[in-house]
Amino acid sequence: MAKIVVVTSGKGGVGKTTTSAALATGLAKAGHRTVVVDFDVGLRNLDLIMGCERRVVYDFVNVINQEATLNQALIKDKRVSDLYILAASQTRDKDALTDEGVERVLGDLSKEFDFIVCDSPAGIERGALMAMYHADAAIVVTNPEVSSVRDSDRVLGILSSKSKRAEQGMEPVHEHLLLTRYSPERVQQGEMLGLDDVREILGIDLLGVIPESKAVLNASNAGVPVILEEGTDAGQAYQDAVARFLGEERPHRFLEAQKKGLFGRLFGS
Amino acid sequence: MNLLGYFRSQRKQTAQVAKERLQILVARERATRSGPDYLPALQEELLEVIRKYVEVDQDAVHIQLDKEGDYDILELNITLPEHGGK
Repeated sequence: MAKIVVVTSGKGGVGKTTTSAALATGLAKAGHRTVVVDFDVGLRNLDLIMGCERRVVYDFVNVINQEATLNQALIKDKRVSDLYILAASQTRDKDALTDEGVERVLGDLSKEFDFIVCDSPAGIERGALMAMYHADAAIVVTNPEVSSVRDSDRVLGILSSKSKRAEQGMEPVHEHLLLTRYSPERVQQGEMLGLDDVREILGIDLLGVIPESKAVLNASNAGVPVILEEGTDAGQAYQDAVARFLGEERPHRFLEAQKKGLFGRLFGS
Repeated sequence: MNLLGYFRSQRKQTAQVAKERLQILVARERATRSGPDYLPALQEELLEVIRKYVEVDQDAVHIQLDKEGDYDILELNITLPEHGGK
């Protein structure tokens, strides 16, 4: 039985797909058979971040409609063994993800894999609800910014009331906070919500803090999950987060502002 | 803090403002979320009825649903203006 992990946020542009790609890659690198599934029907993007956009032949909806088998649709990653990608469909049909279809595909994947990472679309429409419904664990990606925190709280409410685990009275979905685009300098200046502020408001376990980093855009430009950029701050922060997700204890890094020289202190921003 | 920052910091730090706004908002949204779906509509209609007789503001009606043992308690709090009556 696979563990199903949804990467969600409510708000768009906070780093769900970046996180899904990093998490799936990290889990596979740790030796777990992992598949990452793009639930953003109509706006497929995980394939680009994973760098396999030219290898997509069949997608999630093709498998749901039984126009292709899972084996035909799963794309094997070329860098990391035990890592597979299931791309979203580009169809504009919002109802393409049927309840029965998604359940069947996740059930089939569950037999083959240790982890199923579901990359949720933004919003709380059908695709997002379907991605959340089957989850055993959730990673709530949040930026230290008012609208993102509010949307994260909204999504937490949905996980605790509308997920399969909630409906069936099972143990609740394990919710993890991943704070992304964090800028310790701006927190220190009092311009950005700090880690403790966000934790206090949302009240869920902290998985990690990913610093605002040039590495993220560079990695997505190249189609490489940023976790594979091992020399970068964001890459290392994701490695820590994945290790914690697997139960390892690691201290949090990249939380303090870099010390500036005299010149920087006088005239820097 | 740098020299420029010293002059800038006269205003209240925005992160603190953000936190306070979020705390209030999230608490309110959680309260309505945990209640039944009809709660916001009930609030609207109550407000309409009250407005027939007195002029009250949108936020003059507070509805809160509490649980006490086996009972759900619907608490209704209406702030009437000093010179009510139409």
